[in-house]
Amino acid sequence: MLYRENGQFKTSYTADQQIFPILQDRIAMALLLAVAFVAVPLLGSEYMFRAIFIPFLILSLAALGLNILVGYCGQISLGTGAFMAVGAYAAYNFQVRIEGMPVLLSLLLGGVCATAVGVVFGIPSLRIKGLYLAVATLAAQFFVDWAFLRIKWFTNDSASGSVSVADLNVFGLPIETPVAKYLFCLSFLMVFGLLAKNLVRSHIGREWMAIRDMDVAAAVIGIRPVHAKLSAFAVSSFIVGVAGALWGFVYLGSWEPAAFSIDRSFQLLFMVIIGGLGSIMGSFFGAAFIVLLPILLDQLLPALGSLVGLTFDTAVVSHVVFMIFGALIVFFLIAEPHGLARLWAVAKEKLRLWPFPH
Amino acid sequence: MGPFLETLIGGLMTGMLYSLVALGFVLIFKASGVFNFAQGAMVLFAALTMARFAQWIPQWTGLSDKLLVNLLAFGVAMIVMIGVAWLIERLVLGKLVNQEGITLLMATLGITYFLDGFGQTLFGSDIYKIDVGLPKDPIFLFEQTFQGGVLINQEDLAAAAIAAALVALLAAFFQYTSTGRALRAVADDHQAAQSIGIPLSRIWVIVWSVAGFVALVAGIIWGSKLGVQFSLSLVALKALPVVILGGLTSVPGAIVGGLIIGVGEKLSEVFIGPYFGGGIEIWFAYVLALVFLLVRPQGLFGEKIIDRV
Repeated sequence: MLYRENGQFKTSYTADQQIFPILQDRIAMALLLAVAFVAVPLLGSEYMFRAIFIPFLILSLAALGLNILVGYCGQISLGTGAFMAVGAYAAYNFQVRIEGMPVLLSLLLGGVCATAVGVVFGIPSLRIKGLYLAVATLAAQFFVDWAFLRIKWFTNDSASGSVSVADLNVFGLPIETPVAKYLFCLSFLMVFGLLAKNLVRSHIGREWMAIRDMDVAAAVIGIRPVHAKLSAFAVSSFIVGVAGALWGFVYLGSWEPAAFSIDRSFQLLFMVIIGGLGSIMGSFFGAAFIVLLPILLDQLLPALGSLVGLTFDTAVVSHVVFMIFGALIVFFLIAEPHGLARLWAVAKEKLRLWPFPH
Repeated sequence: MGPFLETLIGGLMTGMLYSLVALGFVLIFKASGVFNFAQGAMVLFAALTMARFAQWIPQWTGLSDKLLVNLLAFGVAMIVMIGVAWLIERLVLGKLVNQEGITLLMATLGITYFLDGFGQTLFGSDIYKIDVGLPKDPIFLFEQTFQGGVLINQEDLAAAAIAAALVALLAAFFQYTSTGRALRAVADDHQAAQSIGIPLSRIWVIVWSVAGFVALVAGIIWGSKLGVQFSLSLVALKALPVVILGGLTSVPGAIVGGLIIGVGEKLSEVFIGPYFGGGIEIWFAYVLALVFLLVRPQGLFGEKIIDRV
């Protein structure tokens, strides 16, 4: 009744091509942004910013990048953690080695370096695909892990590859408080989200999807596979690299290569698959799910345990969380293989017809 | 000559263990097309079960004969692994028939997390020793042939013998029993196998049980060498380049691939590593697999079914 496009006529090409063609969607989006930019900073506690909002924002940015590669272009990557690491360490080097380097610029240059590495490790995708490619990208993961651990130049000669940055400021504004960090990440996410959404609606996005759906047919209608695949690797690694730089600079502050291990790559792939392959919205859902689930379980388990008179020590809790996490992932894959974004789409369809069943 | 041979033999031993993990991997991939990330978790889980029951059985029953206790623990662990296989088929794979490869891959990753967490919740997360009475003392070989001879662990030799026996046993099982023939039929063509009356779901349980058996043996060998601990689970990742190198569908490929990776890793670490600052063991296997993929995507012994782009 409330949510439908009936009566909303489009009279110009611009109106026809907007991202949210339905008025109600635009209102909802504006409300969401208002809540994110105004209400959350006013109401959120410091713990919530540190433990939930900031990791959620940065990881959804990384998931967004990965979704472009896996969801839109159909190239599986298990090396996302490596590209994040490249972004973080490259940004660190720009920051430390060049006097007076603006933080914003080093973050973006970190993304550019990740792009270069991503394209190099994307080259095998020209000959192999599917799970074989996944193994090829594992090489990127382990090689990069090793490089930042062993090659001292990358980490400014620090022991065991641990580095740290301090005194972040953008245009003279310090980014020290959790709220400032939150707003900084949120702005990044908004800009990149908009960019990604427009990219996948453009001719490049269509090329990616054509390659994903059937590469031979795509080549026949004149899409260059080399161009499409490498551009997907480049765009994806750029976003992932920037996310990695943010993860290091803003969330961790000081980090070592273990922060971007193979587990991070798996975590991001889980986000993309549980959220929904080939959906910008899905990346956010997936990130929220994967970030929130362990925190919720951590809180809930001891509470539940004390209810029935059991006390768990922390090691047991962490194992049980691991276990439930795995079980829930399997459950989600079985219940909705197309991810949370699909549930969202179904809900929207239902809402259009509401209160009628058909 | 001595150090070179010792590195070579050390590499062969490690490679053999990679082969055992890769073997379970190949078995499952052949029969169900599932890229089984959980093989490493199965190794850990099986080894944990074995180690703990070998400890518990004497406490509960007062048995003191080591061989008997180990045999009993082995039996219990095998039953547990069959149970795991049955549950995986029932609760996970049976529900995911006809899904895309990546979904199945993610499902096995979920199983990995579950088994890792479950095993450690149930059995604790300390380092446990498995003692099946493998001889420990190192021996010297070829002392007459050249200066110093070659130092070899008897344990490694015993492990190699066990692995060889396991492979022979599996080969015989696949070649000469009717179940083995059914397994080969399913591996060849699912639909054709089903149409002549081979029950797919039962075959999958059997394959996962066999993979569980291989995991158990691998777990015992690793466990008696290094102790049962969480890092066992990570060996699974090393099995990936091994199967790529050997070919995803080839049992001999898994063996040869494992040996090549093991030897290559150790030799490169010792002889090339110092020029790069050491530690190149971590990525050598993957880069080797990467190069191999570019030159020969189907692996050494694999069937040429891979799509060229």
